[in-house]
Amino acid sequence: MGYVAVRGGVEAIANAAHLVEFYRLRDNTPPIEIKQLKAQFRLAIDKIMGEGGLYAPEYGAIALKQNEGDVFEAAFVMRAYRATLSRKFYSETIDTENMFVKRRISASFKDIPGGQILGATRDYSQRMLNIELAEENETVVREFLEKFNIDIDLKEIKKYGRITGILRHLGFLKPFAKEEDTSLVDVTRDAVKFPAPRSGRLQMLARAETGGIMAIGYSSIRGLGGVHPTIGELRVGLVKIYVKDRTGRKRYLGKVEVTEAETINNELEVGQNGKNVPYMSIGYGLCFGHNETKAISMGILDRAMRDPEGRGVAHDQEYVLYHTDGVESMGFVNHLKLPHYAGFSAGLSTMRKAVKRKEEEDQKLNPSLAEV
Amino acid sequence: MEEGKDWLLKVEGLTKIYGNPSEDTVSRTGPLFNSNICPKTGAVVACADINLTLHSGEVLGIVGESGSGKSTLVKLLYFDQESTSGAAYLNDYEDGEQDVLKISNQQKRHLKNHKMGMVYQNPRDGLNFRFSSGGNIAEKLLMADNYHVGQIREKATALLTSTEVPVARMDESPKNFSGGMQQRVQISKAIANNPPLLFLDEVTTGLDVSVQAKVLDMIRRLQKDMGISMIVVSHDLSVIRMLTDRTMVMKNGRIVEQGLTDQILQDPQHSYTQLLVSSLL
Amino acid sequence: MIELKKFRRQYNYAFIDEDTKKEIRRKLLKAICIPGYQVPYSSPEMPVSRGWGTGALHISLAIIGKGDTYKVIDQGDDASVNACNIRSFVEKTAECKTTFDTGKASVIQTRHRVPEEELTEDQIIVFQVPDPEPLRQVEPYTKITRQMHAEGDYAKMWVALYESYVQTGDISKGPVLVNDRYIMSPSPIQAWDIPNLNNSRCLNLFGAGREKRIYAVPPYTKVEPLEFEDVKFNINDFNGAACKRSGEKVAFLEEIFNEDGKTSYHMVNDTNYLDKIMDNNRPKQWNNKYLVKKRKELNN
Repeated sequence: MGYVAVRGGVEAIANAAHLVEFYRLRDNTPPIEIKQLKAQFRLAIDKIMGEGGLYAPEYGAIALKQNEGDVFEAAFVMRAYRATLSRKFYSETIDTENMFVKRRISASFKDIPGGQILGATRDYSQRMLNIELAEENETVVREFLEKFNIDIDLKEIKKYGRITGILRHLGFLKPFAKEEDTSLVDVTRDAVKFPAPRSGRLQMLARAETGGIMAIGYSSIRGLGGVHPTIGELRVGLVKIYVKDRTGRKRYLGKVEVTEAETINNELEVGQNGKNVPYMSIGYGLCFGHNETKAISMGILDRAMRDPEGRGVAHDQEYVLYHTDGVESMGFVNHLKLPHYAGFSAGLSTMRKAVKRKEEEDQKLNPSLAEV
Repeated sequence: MEEGKDWLLKVEGLTKIYGNPSEDTVSRTGPLFNSNICPKTGAVVACADINLTLHSGEVLGIVGESGSGKSTLVKLLYFDQESTSGAAYLNDYEDGEQDVLKISNQQKRHLKNHKMGMVYQNPRDGLNFRFSSGGNIAEKLLMADNYHVGQIREKATALLTSTEVPVARMDESPKNFSGGMQQRVQISKAIANNPPLLFLDEVTTGLDVSVQAKVLDMIRRLQKDMGISMIVVSHDLSVIRMLTDRTMVMKNGRIVEQGLTDQILQDPQHSYTQLLVSSLL
Repeated sequence: MIELKKFRRQYNYAFIDEDTKKEIRRKLLKAICIPGYQVPYSSPEMPVSRGWGTGALHISLAIIGKGDTYKVIDQGDDASVNACNIRSFVEKTAECKTTFDTGKASVIQTRHRVPEEELTEDQIIVFQVPDPEPLRQVEPYTKITRQMHAEGDYAKMWVALYESYVQTGDISKGPVLVNDRYIMSPSPIQAWDIPNLNNSRCLNLFGAGREKRIYAVPPYTKVEPLEFEDVKFNINDFNGAACKRSGEKVAFLEEIFNEDGKTSYHMVNDTNYLDKIMDNNRPKQWNNKYLVKKRKELNN
C-alpha cells in the first residue's frame, strides 16, 4: 500500500468524471432543455450571471444544467468561461433612472410619484409547499396562460423618476464620507489594494455570493453593527447598454435586467457651532438579473464600508470583500481535500522532535520523574 | 544650542489640533477661556505651543486633569500620533540638528527601537498579547539588532528578575497576568535596549494602591541604576512627587506653570496648580 | 432561442485571452525586477478551483508556447490527481508537450515541493502559492502588511520566529529574506527545498491566484531563511531513514504507514527522482550547503 494507493492517475480522474455524468443521467429521464431552464429557473440563472460576472442567460442555463443545479459551481464555470473572452469595450454608464421598470417599491414613502409597483414578487404570499406542482403538465400550463395572458400587456412597462430625487430636492442627502476614493478601477483587470476605492468595492460586491453578503449585511442590521437603513427605492427592470465605438459614436447593444437598491441611512455631522446636524446618506446596490436580497445587502455593506471606524465586521473592507466571493471561498474551502502528504509527514517528525525535547527538558528539571 | 551639551530632548512649539482649525483657533482656546474647543469651528486643541527641554538623567513630570493634553504630548513625542506643528530634537540624533517629527516612518521606528521606551497606562497598548512575555521583550532586542536567542533570553531573564516578574512565566502570554504584573512586563520591554529616554503615561492608574507603590518603587530604582531620562505623565501628584525632579502643569492643552517639583508642591503659583496641590493634602 | 453555432466557439490559445496574458506577463516582469515583492495582478477565473493552483496556472499559461515541455507535480508526484488535471488542461489548451522527466521540462509547475533534480538556466519553475503573505501570521490585514513590507518593518515576524523556537524548538519553516530586502513566503515548500531557491540557476515564479499576487526570485539571487545567530535554520532530518525501494537517504523522504496503522516506512517523495534512481539513471541533485553536510554525515 502507500506508493500505489496515493497515486490517482489519469484513468481514475476520467472515470470519476464519467461517474458524475452518470449520476446526472442514470435515471434515463428526458434531458432538461436549455429553454426550459431559462424560462423556469429564472432566479437561479440570475444568481449565476451575477456571481459569474457575465450576462448571458443561455450560458447560465447550461452552467446550471451541467452542475446538477449547484449554483456555486455554475457561477464558477461562468467565470472561467468569461475569462476566455477578450474585452473589446467598456459600456457607457447605464442609466437606471430611465430603466424600464418591472417592479419598484419604496419603504420610505407610502405614496410615491408614479406609485408603488409590486410587479412579480413572492414577498406577500404564503410559502406553502405547492404539492400541485408535482402534477403540473402541459395542459395545466396552457390553461393558466389562456386565462391569465388576457390581462397582461408587457408593453405597459414605463419609466419612473427616482424616489431619492425627492430627498435630494429637500437637501437632506449628502455623501456619507467626505473623503472617498472615487477613482474608477476594474477589479477583473487589477487586484484591488486596500483601502479599496468605492468603485472596486461595489464591483466586488456585485460579483459576490448572495448568501455571503447577506450574512454580513444581516449581522450589521441585527445588532452586531451600526447600519440599519430604510429602503429608499428598490427597482427591477431593463436598462439599455451602449458602447462607444472607435469613432466615438454611441452604439446600442441591447438590454439587460438589473436590480437596484438605494438604502437610506440617518447620519449626524458636527456643524459649525459644534452641535450635531442630521442628514441622510445613500447605500447603493446594483446587480445582474432579479436578485433583491443581493442588491439590498450590497446597499447595507456599501454604506458600512464607507465608514471603516464603524462597529462590526460589515465595516471592515478586507473582511467583507475577501470572504464573500463565492468562487474564491468555495475553492479554498474545498482545497482542503487536496493531498498534503509531504507537509503532513514533515509535520509529524517536527512534532515528534518537539515532544521529545519537552520530555528531555522535563527530565532535566525533575530527574526523579524519570526513575518512577 | 546655547544651553550646552547636557540637554537630551528639546521640544519647540509642539501643537496637536483635531478637526479643522481656523487662524485664531489657538488664540481663542486655552486656560484663559477654560476650553480647548474652538468656538468657531469646533476644532479640538489637544495641546499647543509646548516648549520644553529635558536634560540627561532628569525626570520631568507632567501633571494635569484628563483632557489637559499631557498624554497627547508624550504620544506625539513617541510618534504614536502626528503633530499638527512644532519640532523636536534629540541630542544624539544627527547632532541634535534634525527635527525628528519630520523624519520617515522607518527612521522613526529605528529611533524608537534604539533610543526610546514607552510605558502606556493600558498594558494592552504596549504589549502584544499574542506573544509571550519573553517574546515581547525580544521584539525590542531584535529590532536593536540582537539576533542571538541565547542572549535574548538571558537579557529577558535579567529584566524580568529586576522587575520582579517570575522568570518561570517568561514563555506565557501576559494576557494571563495580573494588571500589576502586566505593567512590570511592559516596563521590562520598554527598558530592554537601555534607552536614554523613557516615557511613562499614567503607568499606575489602573492598579491597586498597594501594587502602585511597588511599581513606583521599582521605577525609581531602575531610574537610579540606569540613569534614564524620563517624562512621567500623571494626574496624580503623589506619583509626580515620588518620581520627578521637575514638573510642568498642563491645563486646556497649555503649560500653566513649571519649576522644581518640590517648589511647585510647596508654593504653587497658578490658581489651578494651587487647586491640584490642595486636593492632594 | 439558442443558435447551436454560438456554442461551438473555440477557446483562446492557452485559455486566457491575449490582453490578460499580456497583463500577467507585464506583472511578471515587474516581479522579476523587484525580487520577493508581491505584485497585484488581475487573476482571471480558471476552470480549476480557486486554491487549487490557479495562480501558477495563470503564470504557466501566460509564458508557455507550443515549443515548450510542461511538467506539473503535486507534493512531488506527477500522477497525483490535481497534477493530472492541470497537466491535461495545459496540454489541451496550449498544445505543448508534457513530461514527467524533470530534466526535459522547460516549465515546471509545482505544489509544495522543488524537484530533487537540480534545475538549470533553461528551466522555469512555477510555484502554486496558497498564501503569498509571509506576515499574515502576525498581521491579518494587507493594508498594514503592504506598509510593513514597504518600510521593512519585520519586527513582528522575527518575534514570531522567536516564539516558534520557544514553543517547538523549530524555526525551519520559512519565510525567507530575498535579496536583503523583502521577506517572502517560499510557498509551503519543505524546509528541505528552501535552500535550493538561493542563487539558483533557474527562474522561480510564484503565483497566488485567490489572493491575486505574483512574485519572483530571478536566477542567481540571494535567498536566506530567517534564522538566529545561535539557532540555525536546518533542512528536514529523517533520522538516518532510507527509502524502502531505493535505499536512498539523501532526498526528501515521505513517511508511509502500513495497513496496521502503526508501523511505517519511508519512500523518496519525488516520484520522477525515484524512478530515475531505480532505472540506474541517477540525475544530478542540488548542491546546497545543507545537502553537502548531510551527505558527509551519512557517509561517515
